[in-house]
Amino acid sequence: MVVKEKRLKLNRFKLVGAIAATATALGVSVPAVQSQSAEPIKLNGSSTVYPIAQAVVEDFGVETRGAIRATLAISGTGGGFKAFCDGRSDISNASRPIKESEVEACQKKGINFIELPIAYDALTVVVNPQNNRLDSMTVDELKKIWEPAAQEKVMDWGQVRPGLPGGPLKLFGPGADSGTFDYFTEAINGESKASRTDYTGSEDDNILVQGVARDENALGYFGYAYYAANQARLKAVAIDGGKGPVLPSEQTVRDGTYQPLSRPIFIYVKAESANRPDVQQFVEYFMANAGRAASEVQYVPLPPEAYTIATENFRKRKLGTAFGAGKQTVGLKIEDLLRAETEQ
Amino acid sequence: MTENPLQLSKQTHLSPKALRNLRERVIEVLLLLAAFSSVATTVAILAMLITESLAFFQQVSLLEFLTDTRWSPLFADAHYGILPLVSGTLVTTVVALLVAVPLGTIAAIYLSEFAAHRLREVVKPCLELLAGIPTVVYGYFALLFVTPLLQQVLPDLPGFNMLSAGLVIGVMIIPYVSSISEDAMRSVPVHLREGSYAMGATRLQTALRVVLPAAISGISAAYILGISRAVGETMVVAIAAGLQPIFTLNPMDEAATITAYIVAVSLGDLPHGSLEYQTIFAAGLTLVLITLVFNILGHFLTKRYREIY
Amino acid sequence: MPGENLQEIRGIIARNKVWDAVFVIVGLMSLLVGIVTLLALVIDLAIDGLPRLSGQFFTSYAVRRPAESGILSAWVGTVLVMLVTAIAAIPLGIASGVYLEEYGRKNWLADLIEINVTNLAGVPSIIYGLLALGLFVYQFNLGESILAAGLTLALLVLPIIIVTTREALRGIPNSIREAAYALGASKWQMIWDHVLPYATGGILTGVIVGLSRAIGETAPLITIGALTFVAFLPDSPFKGEFPYISFAWLQAPFTVMPIQMFNWVSRPEPEFQLNAAAAGLVLIFMTLGMNAVAIYLRYQFRKRVKW
Repeated sequence: MVVKEKRLKLNRFKLVGAIAATATALGVSVPAVQSQSAEPIKLNGSSTVYPIAQAVVEDFGVETRGAIRATLAISGTGGGFKAFCDGRSDISNASRPIKESEVEACQKKGINFIELPIAYDALTVVVNPQNNRLDSMTVDELKKIWEPAAQEKVMDWGQVRPGLPGGPLKLFGPGADSGTFDYFTEAINGESKASRTDYTGSEDDNILVQGVARDENALGYFGYAYYAANQARLKAVAIDGGKGPVLPSEQTVRDGTYQPLSRPIFIYVKAESANRPDVQQFVEYFMANAGRAASEVQYVPLPPEAYTIATENFRKRKLGTAFGAGKQTVGLKIEDLLRAETEQ
Repeated sequence: MTENPLQLSKQTHLSPKALRNLRERVIEVLLLLAAFSSVATTVAILAMLITESLAFFQQVSLLEFLTDTRWSPLFADAHYGILPLVSGTLVTTVVALLVAVPLGTIAAIYLSEFAAHRLREVVKPCLELLAGIPTVVYGYFALLFVTPLLQQVLPDLPGFNMLSAGLVIGVMIIPYVSSISEDAMRSVPVHLREGSYAMGATRLQTALRVVLPAAISGISAAYILGISRAVGETMVVAIAAGLQPIFTLNPMDEAATITAYIVAVSLGDLPHGSLEYQTIFAAGLTLVLITLVFNILGHFLTKRYREIY
Repeated sequence: MPGENLQEIRGIIARNKVWDAVFVIVGLMSLLVGIVTLLALVIDLAIDGLPRLSGQFFTSYAVRRPAESGILSAWVGTVLVMLVTAIAAIPLGIASGVYLEEYGRKNWLADLIEINVTNLAGVPSIIYGLLALGLFVYQFNLGESILAAGLTLALLVLPIIIVTTREALRGIPNSIREAAYALGASKWQMIWDHVLPYATGGILTGVIVGLSRAIGETAPLITIGALTFVAFLPDSPFKGEFPYISFAWLQAPFTVMPIQMFNWVSRPEPEFQLNAAAAGLVLIFMTLGMNAVAIYLRYQFRKRVKW
């Protein structure tokens, strides 16, 4: 008995030793990162901006060999600003300009920001590729589907336009914290956030793509990049803003014919964070590479001078918003954007 | 090892025996404190759910919460009716139980009363593996394997639906039902079976009319555990059942469950103290209460039908 | 007359035997449903995921190009979170189990704790996430860190460890305890030197099963806000200069395996879903592997200890 007990006891210590050794081995196998930069740069916000931001963050990581670290989260433009104005992020990704109420929330916490446009998006209305009912829709038809009064009433494709073959209308759209949602409701329904609520909503556009791609009767809307990456599974609907149906594309965004659903997208940098050398380096890199990243994920890059001006504005720490807080936000063309950027 | 300095300092006033007693007391108190951590967890869960829910119900009336059939707390036109989420939860749970209860019970009867020892030793761990697989993997399976399969039979089935999520949860909880039921049946005394055989009953008759009733309290405990699992299951429904809160009892529809709502909202940003932050706690409290109701129900049913030998 | 009766009885018996046979088939079928599903799941994952499993998959971050993506930050995150969970849950769980089984056998407090542990085991995991969100993230201000995640999962596995510790202790014959007392051991000496060593096997099994459950848990970590693109590793816990150990990693943002898989599952591009399948395979391998180790250990300890 005694002998056996001793053996068991020994085993226990061996076991503890083994666990400690494994833990050490695992710990050591985690490669040490040279810099002890305490806080990573935190990006949060729109899933429309996410593809560009992800591309930039990745390439920046490669460029700096991981010395400067950035995290990237999706919580919608509105959610992003909530976190931003609460001091929980350094950079807020936004698919619409900041709102009056959000500016106030930021001011309350003493948070100042620099507004930087990074690309143009064609907010895209999509249906399932098997849906042959229509190729284009007017703004009024979209409104008929999405306005608050449509709640639990417009439930069938036949109601959208006389003569369309019927079928249950399955709707997918961004959630209420999304900037795309705010922009779409303002451009189509005439009032930001006024929308029916009986649809599948998510702040993550990937879930919307999945929904539309899996359902023949589905209709949804989100940023162009998500359509571009999934063209085989989605069909874009041409939008008739009064001058005939126009499909979203780089061309139609550039020449200003894809209206009213073309829009600029932004990042907002916290002024306090902008004084950190790592954030400074990151933002400069972002502006220098935003055009390339935008083309890669199929957004429409701004003209080079727009990025130059934006970089200037960042270097000068130009605070506040030129686009948001009550200014006209729907139907902003690229030229208007340039003008707004320089004037302020 | 560590008590050495203690020993030195105390030795001046304490006899070795008193010291030993003191050490024993200290250890016991430390262990008690550790054991109390689980109670603290429960208290913390309840306190958290209740305080945040109370704040929620100061802004939303309980009547609206319980009777409104729309749940759209994040929209401008906000509605706070929990019914759509509850219906989604109940529908997926019922579908899951329709799979797990018959299959689990039959499997348990078979393993306990019919199967050879060797077969049982092999099959039981295999079944239990079902419970060890991460639920996010089941979600993948439901969305990308079961749903396309079902769509071959039911072409109108939407891409997100409660049916496939429920079916997969059902298979997932089979081991909970079968394992505990089997244990309960195996603990039924052998002389009951022998008595039954002596009366000329077959194995099946013995299993269904003697063993099953005798083990009913253990079996219902297994069902209750299965229900709790199904009600609280999160990832499968969040991935495969859809995120739209619809008040429907049709399993072929898509609908959000309570858990899926909590996940969907958590994916965004929830400012601490805001109403949308409180909604997930109110939803969580509802979830806990539903589980509690089933548990109490099960407790009473068990008591009512328990047979004591 | 008797012949007729016999005939009738034989008929009844034959019919009943047929039902027996039918049930055997039904029973086997229902067992098969579970096992076939398990096989289908693993095969489905393997078909999609196996081609992606290469060294590159384990050493790359989850980047935007699916073919270059990997699970580096995810598996490192999982290892670190599990480290925290283990350090927090194992001592606490074993201590609680020891108290309940060896000390507080009869008092009301022990009853209360016991009922409580049983109930906690049935609480849906997402509720732990809500607790962690309110308590760890906001009250204790731990943020969306490895520490918060590890503690959350520790609470989740605590009941499992407590229950298995108790079972292991219960399996030790009282003669061991009595023998220790007879030689003058105090209660704690008896437990520490005699009971615990024999129970190690059972306890270890419980710990491993608990941790394997924690590895696959997704929902509570999503509620604390862990769905983040993280393309870097936390600081190493070991440093070159004094004091050689650093705790900066505890505060680091992180991602873990199931969350990475969830992220890829929700991507519409099929290429990402292949990645999800590969991550799922790794996850299954981890959890089932841990379960297998647990079963093996239990077997080994049983073999060694004979009363």
